[in-house]
This record gives sequence, structure tokens and C-alpha cells, in this order.
Amino acid sequence: MEQSILTEIKNAAKKSLKARHNELADTHRQMDILNGDLFADGELPFFKDKIAQTGQFPLKPRKLEILQINVGYMCNQVCEHCHVDAGPDRKEIMTRETMEQCLEVIRNTGAHTLDLTGGAPEMNPDFRWFVEEASKAGIQDFIVRSNLTIILANKKYHDLPDFFKKHNVHVVSSMPHYTRNKTDKQRGDGVFDKSIQALQALNKVGYGMPDSDLRLDLVYNPSGAFLPGDQMALEHDFKKALKEDFDIDFHNLFAITNLPISRFLDYLLASDNYEDYMYSLVEAFNPSAVANVMCTNTISVSWDGWLYDCDFNQMLDLKVASKVKHIKDYNEEVLNDRNIVISQHCYGCTAGAGSSCQGTVA
Amino acid sequence: MANSYYDPADLRKFGNITEWSEELGKKFFDYYGKVFEEGALSAREKSLIALAVAHVVKCPYCIDAYTKDGLQRGITKEEMMEAVHAGAAIESGATLVHGVMMMNKYNKLSM
Repeated sequence: MEQSILTEIKNAAKKSLKARHNELADTHRQMDILNGDLFADGELPFFKDKIAQTGQFPLKPRKLEILQINVGYMCNQVCEHCHVDAGPDRKEIMTRETMEQCLEVIRNTGAHTLDLTGGAPEMNPDFRWFVEEASKAGIQDFIVRSNLTIILANKKYHDLPDFFKKHNVHVVSSMPHYTRNKTDKQRGDGVFDKSIQALQALNKVGYGMPDSDLRLDLVYNPSGAFLPGDQMALEHDFKKALKEDFDIDFHNLFAITNLPISRFLDYLLASDNYEDYMYSLVEAFNPSAVANVMCTNTISVSWDGWLYDCDFNQMLDLKVASKVKHIKDYNEEVLNDRNIVISQHCYGCTAGAGSSCQGTVA
Repeated sequence: MANSYYDPADLRKFGNITEWSEELGKKFFDYYGKVFEEGALSAREKSLIALAVAHVVKCPYCIDAYTKDGLQRGITKEEMMEAVHAGAAIESGATLVHGVMMMNKYNKLSM
């Protein structure tokens, strides 16, 4: 009996919240929780009030530096903490028509960084075409967020390291820990070994080597209801362990805080950690992280072309508060004159040394 | 009073001790913060020492705090358990070394 329940839970975890018809697949339900009693009863301050205390409300953009494009929610993995609720069952994929609209923007943007994410961006059937076209625009830093295991998932992906190299793509990959059990617990059985093999394949073509221009950075997300520690110290530990155990080199480690939304929110509630986690985030609030939080220099584009202040707002369906809301109407000047949409999940990016897709900010 | 002597939510209120004795409370927290900074020992090493001592003094708040602190620093569960054993070994050694006192007394009193 007990075994069958365990099996059921394990199998359920291999599907997205959406496929499981979990109530948290509804973004309104998530917002209800984030605006719930813990904040409404005054136990903890609303994010808006917290940043108002330091004169930082309304939050306004600085100069646009990063254009982040989510090319689809399909993924070969179903990570427990995923804020995208990505997985093999997600069918939301950017069409070539929307990619054309993105390319038009990429050719004219003032941003110095283009950041492709997903899901597993490589699973979009037009991914390679899009990378080839986008790389012609001559953007200074062209990032692809790769989950590593995709490189080994199917024969058609085995040449991705060479493909990335050809287009001078900056590879940013998730790696929750340098030990097998912590990695597999968060990301699924076998993910650690596959990630190691993929990193070795990337090293082999020159990625991540000490003097190489082929940038390979790792992303660390805590595998549980706690905040990331010091980014430099973690980078030091990761470098030492991956080098000694697997002869792997990489450039930098970005420590990213898990935000209380989507599957991580589901985990926090199910494990009875939500309240403590929100307390930890609020207690670690750092006003100097607010000034550099990533929504102040980033625009996030969804698979269907809508514009958001960040990838997290995208997953909560909180579109930009601007006349320009879609990539087809894109206008950087108009967009830059907006107020950033905030809620209690934003405490995730302002805790401690701050958190962004590029790691700490303070 | 709560229904139990220890309430996990009280850990968050630790800082409140300053309200009833501002000078001493402040001095304590300044000292505490300074102790755990990087020094001749790394902050990581000090976190493991704190975890071991937390078990020896059997402080639930400290165990809660330094398990979480260890996780944040990427300390593995094997490292944490070894630290607990180091504390336990000293604690049991401290008991057992008194066995010599017992032996001395026994011998003195025996013909």
C-alpha cells in the first residue's frame, strides 16, 4: 500500500502542475497565496511597502541591457523547483513568426545581452535557425540557458557543443550541487551523471577552460527551502569538487534564489515550509539589492510574444505595465518609461546579496 | 505561555532580547556576528563547529539555525553528521575520562 502511494507521488512529480491539473497551475491562485494572510494581516510587510520605506517605490527601469526570450516551456526534465512548470508535457513553443518579430527587435535593440531560455530552448524545432539568425545581429553577449542533460537526451542534440561554439554562444547551465544525491533529488534520477558528461563534452570543445573565450557558467539553485549562501564561497567549492572528481572546468557560478512561485511554491506549501521561507526572504531583505534587481535592466519575452519585467512575472502572467505589451509593438523608449510590476515573490530577488539570472546583484 | 517550552517561531524573535537590555543585547549580537565572519577559520568551518556545539549543548534553536546555515553554504549531510559525531565523541569522552577518577578512588579504597 505504502509503496503504491510512493510510486504514485513519484510519477505525479514527473508531470507539470498543468498536466496534473494542480490548482497552482492557475496563476490567480498563486497570486492569492502571495497576497494572503501572512502579508494581509500585517505579520510581514508587502513588498511595495518595504521598498517604499527606502524611497524605491515605484520601481523604475534603468537602461535596458538584457533581452531575455523564452522560446518555450517544453523540457526534457521535470525539476522539483522549476518556476516555469516546464516539462515534456508542455506544448507552449515559440513559432517562427514570433521569432521573426523577436529578430527585428534584436537587430535594433540597445541591449548588449541576448538571453535565450525555456524549458529546454534546444527543443524548439526552430531553435538552431533562430540562433543562427540572432547571432548575425552582433549582440555582445549571446546566452543560451542549457540544462546540460539535453545534450545527451537524443542523438540529434549530441553536436550542440559544436553548434554553440560555432555561434560563439555563452552557455549558462544549471547544476544544483557537486554531489550526485543532491542534484538527482532536485532534478531527477540520473541527471547528475548526464550533467557531468555534458560538461565534459563542453570542456572538450573548449568551453569553460581558464583562458577560453567560450564562456561556460553554472547556475546554482538551493535544493530545498533555504537561501543560497555566499556566491564566491560556493563557486570555490564547486570548482574544487568538479575539478578534483571529474576534471571539469567552468568560469563562474551564479547563485540564484528560488522564488516562491509555481512548482517551488507547491513544494513549500506541501512541505509546510512556506511561512518560514517567506520570513527568511523578508528578514534577508537588502535595499541595495533593489537598486540592481534584474527587472531594472531586463525585458522578458514569452513564447507567444508578450512582454514582462522578468521571467518570474511571465510565469505569474503579470504583463508589463506599459502601452507596449507585445513584441510586435516593441518600442524600447516607451517600455523604459514604465513602472515595474511587483508582488511578494520579488523578495526572492532582494534577499541577501540579491538574485538575478546573472547571479548576485549587491 | 505556549503549550511547549520550545516554539520554533521563537527563533525569529531572538533579536528581541535586546529590548529588555539594549546595551548587553547589542554587545552580544555584535560579538556573535564578528565571531562568525571569515577569519583564520573560514565561515564554513565555523558553521560546522557551531553545529557540533549546538548538539552538545542540545539547543533546538541552534540545531535548526545551523542545519539551515550548512545547507545554505552547500555543506553536505555527511559533513554535518561527522561534525555531530565530533561533538558527541568529545562529550562522551568527557564522561569516560572521569572513569579514571572512579578507578583511582576504587583502588585507594581497596586493599
